[in-house]
Amino acid sequence: MSSVKTKRDVLGTSSLRPDGGAKVKGDFAFTSDLHAENMLWGATLRSPHPHARIVSIDTTAAWKIAGVECIVTADDVPGQLTYGLISSDQPVFAKDVVRYMGEPIAAVAADHPETCRRALAAITVVYEVLPVLFDPELAIGDDFEPIHPDGNLIRQQRIVHGDTSVVGDVIVEGHYVIGMQDQAFLGTESALALPDADGQGVEVFVATQWLHEDQKQMAACLNLPTERVRLVLGGVGGAFGAREDISLQVHTALLALRTSRPVKMQYGREESFFGHVHRHPATVWMRHHATNEGKIVKIEARFVFDGGAYASTSAAVLINGVTHTQGPYKCPVAVVDGYAVRTNNPPCGAMRGFGVVQACFAHEGQMDKLAAAVGTDPVSIRLMNAMETGDLLITGQPVESVAPVARLIRETNEIPLPPDLAIDANELDLPGGSGITAERKHIRRGIGWGVSIKNIMYSEGFDDYSTARCTLSDGKVVLKFATSEVGQGFVTLAPQIARSVLGVTDAVCDTIDTQIGSAGSTSASRQTWMSGGAVDGACRLVRERLFELVGAQQNIEPIRFAIEDDEIVDTAGTFRMSVIEASQGITISETFEHHHRKTEELDENGQGNCHVAFAFVAHRAVVDVDPELGLVKVVQIATAQDVGQVLNPLSVLGQIEGGIAQGLGLAVMEEIIVQEGRVRNPSFTDYLLPTALDAPVVVARMIEEYEPQAPLGAKGVGEPPCISVTPAIVAAIRDAIGKDIDRCPVRPQDICL
Amino acid sequence: MPVLIAHTISEATEILAENPDATILNGGTDLMVEVNFNHRHPSSVLLLRNVPQLREWSIDSSQQTITIGAGVPYAAMETGAIAAAVPALAQAARTVGSPQIRAAGTMGGNLGTCSPAGDTLPVLSALEATIHLSSQDGERTVPFGEFMVGPKKNSRLQHEIITAVTLPVTGNRQGYSKVGVRNAMVISVASACFAIVDDTPRLAMGSVGPTILRAVKAEKFLAEATKDLDNISDEIAREFGEIASTEARPIDDHRSTAQYRAHAIKVLASRLAVRGTAS
Ligand SMILES: Cc1cc2nc3c(=O)[nH]c(=O)nc-3n(C[C@H](O)[C@H](O)[C@H](O)COP(=O)(O)OP(=O)(O)OC[C@H]3O[C@@H](n4cnc5c(N)ncnc54)[C@H](O)[C@@H]3O)c2cc1C
Repeated sequence: MSSVKTKRDVLGTSSLRPDGGAKVKGDFAFTSDLHAENMLWGATLRSPHPHARIVSIDTTAAWKIAGVECIVTADDVPGQLTYGLISSDQPVFAKDVVRYMGEPIAAVAADHPETCRRALAAITVVYEVLPVLFDPELAIGDDFEPIHPDGNLIRQQRIVHGDTSVVGDVIVEGHYVIGMQDQAFLGTESALALPDADGQGVEVFVATQWLHEDQKQMAACLNLPTERVRLVLGGVGGAFGAREDISLQVHTALLALRTSRPVKMQYGREESFFGHVHRHPATVWMRHHATNEGKIVKIEARFVFDGGAYASTSAAVLINGVTHTQGPYKCPVAVVDGYAVRTNNPPCGAMRGFGVVQACFAHEGQMDKLAAAVGTDPVSIRLMNAMETGDLLITGQPVESVAPVARLIRETNEIPLPPDLAIDANELDLPGGSGITAERKHIRRGIGWGVSIKNIMYSEGFDDYSTARCTLSDGKVVLKFATSEVGQGFVTLAPQIARSVLGVTDAVCDTIDTQIGSAGSTSASRQTWMSGGAVDGACRLVRERLFELVGAQQNIEPIRFAIEDDEIVDTAGTFRMSVIEASQGITISETFEHHHRKTEELDENGQGNCHVAFAFVAHRAVVDVDPELGLVKVVQIATAQDVGQVLNPLSVLGQIEGGIAQGLGLAVMEEIIVQEGRVRNPSFTDYLLPTALDAPVVVARMIEEYEPQAPLGAKGVGEPPCISVTPAIVAAIRDAIGKDIDRCPVRPQDICL
Repeated sequence: MPVLIAHTISEATEILAENPDATILNGGTDLMVEVNFNHRHPSSVLLLRNVPQLREWSIDSSQQTITIGAGVPYAAMETGAIAAAVPALAQAARTVGSPQIRAAGTMGGNLGTCSPAGDTLPVLSALEATIHLSSQDGERTVPFGEFMVGPKKNSRLQHEIITAVTLPVTGNRQGYSKVGVRNAMVISVASACFAIVDDTPRLAMGSVGPTILRAVKAEKFLAEATKDLDNISDEIAREFGEIASTEARPIDDHRSTAQYRAHAIKVLASRLAVRGTAS
């Protein structure tokens, strides 16, 4: 049989997403598209107050509405009354007190969303409004009554490193404010729960980042054995951290169990703003000491992260923030104080960049101040201090990762600047865009820099692992894992790995669910490393078994075999056989669990090897500003990113461009406005996301330096693109207008008033 | 919920007379949002999309006016003959929402909603447009200044349909500017329309008061400060902007601050005063 060699989408190629075509055509089923026979709709009653005592809840009138099948409150939660990722401090339903605006109080199931809406309106809750703790500074210390039994301070961490008596020749200081950003995924929260016939279990289709963690928390609240809560990943429309915490999972499952009918819940856009955690707003103070040339000798800093009403991942976000104080620069001495606090503001947790975004905004502002103070430029000051492999962090941890910081800065600097604005530039290319607010002569251009370091994977001793199974049969591979595909492209990468390792062409992913071990969360830029490592490991085990089988048949030592293209070849002889032929009529299945190396907790001085590995990136922003009106147009972002090995160039570019758009949002427009605990702009009318007209030209270089610690030599690439682009854009605005700006997002009035 | 479909204006007014509670639906880009948010619960809807007359427009060259049907979508105003006749209206139309919104949204709907942030409204104010209303009782016209009476309030009677808007074709300088925090698809934080009509300058301001405001003092200042409106010095333009900003009555809200809005009016007005001149 002669065969034409088909091009195989192995590692290193821009293999296309298996779900790409369906998504473009609108055929892809997101969780919100799911439907079940005899299904009810669920909806949530939420608190209108940021802080209040619940005096009474009366559901009598709501029960009487035709079509209402079930109403549940805290009293109906069969198991644990609270949940949470790190500490279980968040109620499934508020019972005695509500601690943030939008906190769930009850849920209903009914025949139609409109019936649900009417039922919610018919529930009477009597509140006694309490004083609102909205100032994070007041949450430190004893100035405000604890708003939660766990207290108002979620975590405090100090870092003391080196000889702290050192004083620099030059000292620069800054106070920085970072606003509350929303992940703003397009597919709002959604789940479909199907109760088991015996009422003792439930199957839940849900858009989530971490199936097994949801499963664990749900089982505890539902008082069911873990294996009776089976989760299946529904189509996910973006995540960015907002799907790490439980939102509607317990509510939907509880309603399904109570009614013995399938129940679907789905948040609208407004509810979504109240239904998930956001990026922590933070204030950061930093004081850099340096030599007269500009070499950093000491950094002092103080961070306050506003965690909102419940702990979520605030404790980990805080650690990420304080341990990245120095940025991608050498720093021998540091004194850092960090606080993550509880307030009556919306709960905050994971979002792309996870605490490092806040640190980076501050340390990059400082680097520019330092450059100005010693009379050098932003590029030279960063090159002079650039971190290298082997340097010690302020936690005492050596950076073992590849750390091409200086190279990233140089390569970014080599990218040509965009041409000047044409004299007759179209209004759409000017700040103000279609509003025609300016002419060419009103515009000034600025250039700014941002460079960052980001830890990848989980820290502080967490045993972080991922599981995958590879099954080879008749030349076809099926891969099974619980890795949430939230758009990052693991469903593209996993088959690429199988094709490379096993020489097959036909490789597909099985249903993503809890019928296999945990994959950990799709977060912390970890899945290519962790689940990639698991799939790679499983495929290698299958390959070993295949070599043994073929070796036995052919009387060749298996060790002599290798995969070449789509064939098994004897490296010491002439035997060749296609993998398809070799695997005809047999099935080989292997499961592999990939763990990353152990990390440590920090001691009371913030010392310890708490992180696994690091990724770096440099950004240079060119921005046009209308200084009089305070309007901005980001013209170009040049970037060089440390990626280890590129496994799929198109996927990497997608992460780079998307991350830059998200970082741009934080730089100039995206902010949840909270006044005394109340969210003022829970809609896409008023929470502004960048449009195509706001997105800059991106010129990206992927810097490939193989990461020996990583299973595939590849670092995670998801978070770095959004981290230092924000300070780069803000620096470019400062450069254009010659004025200090210490907050993001930058508002028009920050520029012109 | 009944949807009543009209094919002519008289059919529409008849339906409205019989169903005084019917909610008028044009492009739906305001109404459907309100329905989605549960802010409005129409008991019945009168659909105007199938009334061809409302989608017509015509230029009266003897009167030097243009009359635009209330159902003409923004997309039709962005370029072509309407844009040539009323450039400021085209500029306002281009700032509305996204291409999808501009394909569906209409001036009739903008007038029906009468938000201080409605983008065509400052143009109608500066050009002193006339609004045509039709009902079973007959037709009447109302100057824009008397049409908009408050935030989201107008003097249309419940049984009246907005059929068209008549604007002068001035052949003279006019322009619209809108400030938002995004470069497209954004609700205005402050906006202004400058126009020269009958050799007098006019300035209308949006999003800085309960209705669209005319900067009458600034207009008067400019008329007195120069004879040649196509040759305004930077200094006069600046003062024009400063006076206009004192006439704005902005508020603080989650979209911006009163201080910024007043400042933006100052800048927009002074830039518009000289936009399109040689200076
Ligand atoms: C995403 C988005 C972006 C937007 N951006 C902008 C923007 O940038 N600038 C802006 O100004 N607006 C914007 N809008 C609002 C809206 O598009 C405009 O106000 C538009 O002009 C409404 O026209 P419509 O035909 O869709 O009105 P509809 O929604 O059909 O009607 C609006 C109101 O007017 C009444 N009405 C409509 N026609 C008549 C009539 N002939 N007689 C009497 N009453 C009538 C209706 O009963 C209703 O109360 C946006 C809306 C959306 C959804």
